[in-house]
Amino acid sequence: MDLEQLRQKLLATARANPPEDHVPYAFEKRIMANLSSKPALDFRALWARAMWRAAAPCVGLSLLLGAWSLFTANDTTASESLSQDFEQAMLAVVDQTEETW
Amino acid sequence: MSEGFLTQAKPLSSSTVAFNFVAENSFGIVAPVERTEAELIAAVLQGDAASFEPLVQKYSPRVFATARRYARLEREIEDIAQEVWVKAFQKLQSFRGEAPFEHWLMRLTVRTCYDFLRSHQRNREAAFSELSEPEDDWLDRFAVQPGSASEDADAARLLVQKVLAQLSPPARLVITLLEIEERSVKEISELTGWSVPLVKVRAFRARAEMRKILARIAKGKYL
Repeated sequence: MDLEQLRQKLLATARANPPEDHVPYAFEKRIMANLSSKPALDFRALWARAMWRAAAPCVGLSLLLGAWSLFTANDTTASESLSQDFEQAMLAVVDQTEETW
Repeated sequence: MSEGFLTQAKPLSSSTVAFNFVAENSFGIVAPVERTEAELIAAVLQGDAASFEPLVQKYSPRVFATARRYARLEREIEDIAQEVWVKAFQKLQSFRGEAPFEHWLMRLTVRTCYDFLRSHQRNREAAFSELSEPEDDWLDRFAVQPGSASEDADAARLLVQKVLAQLSPPARLVITLLEIEERSVKEISELTGWSVPLVKVRAFRARAEMRKILARIAKGKYL
């Protein structure tokens, strides 16, 4: 059997029998009813809704991280105060420069 | 024109949609007014959703005919058509009016049909059933004398539907547009959003895929 000939024959069959174009009764009425029942897209509302949805996981995550940092803090290396740590970190570069001089 | 109300729409030429927009002028004379597609679209964009209805009425036959090429069940066809019109309404702002509305709508329709094919891809393998007796007979006739197998036979119609249903979504789309609807590569490129070389590559692969399916049928039957 010549497959290419069969392919051409089947395609010719499809060409010779185009699909019907009839539309179901009152289709346009249904579409219009559907469109009028659908609220218009309000991007500001969508954004606000997305923000509200994201708020709970964000709060949960920050609480989890806070608790984790609180309970796993290494007391042996910790300095006396946060301000001291901050100052040390900020001036680390200056200290290094002084040492090289 | 003071006040008006819409009645029944009646499709006319490609650019004009005549429908009875009955308007009463200052003298109290009631007369029908014809509005072009551009006017209708402008009215929809300004918030007059009712002006969309004549467009739905005029172009739904084309949308349904296209959808019937890719879906078999009437419920699926209606779903596709509905999706096309909802998308058209929501994306109407993106219609710039440079090309006819019909071209824009057909692009939307073809892409929606392609999405439908992709979402139903899993059913493709299961869809193929054994050949029925008339299909078997038609193939026998074709094998003996290709010219004697009629193109108008129901069996041939069913067989081609079965073969097309077996193709992958891009292959089915490109075979339908290129070989059944006989569109040019450039037209297909515009309809699908694929580049011209991609259409050519997909057409080549689609033909090979179709031959492979036919070979499988022939092998199952004659070997």
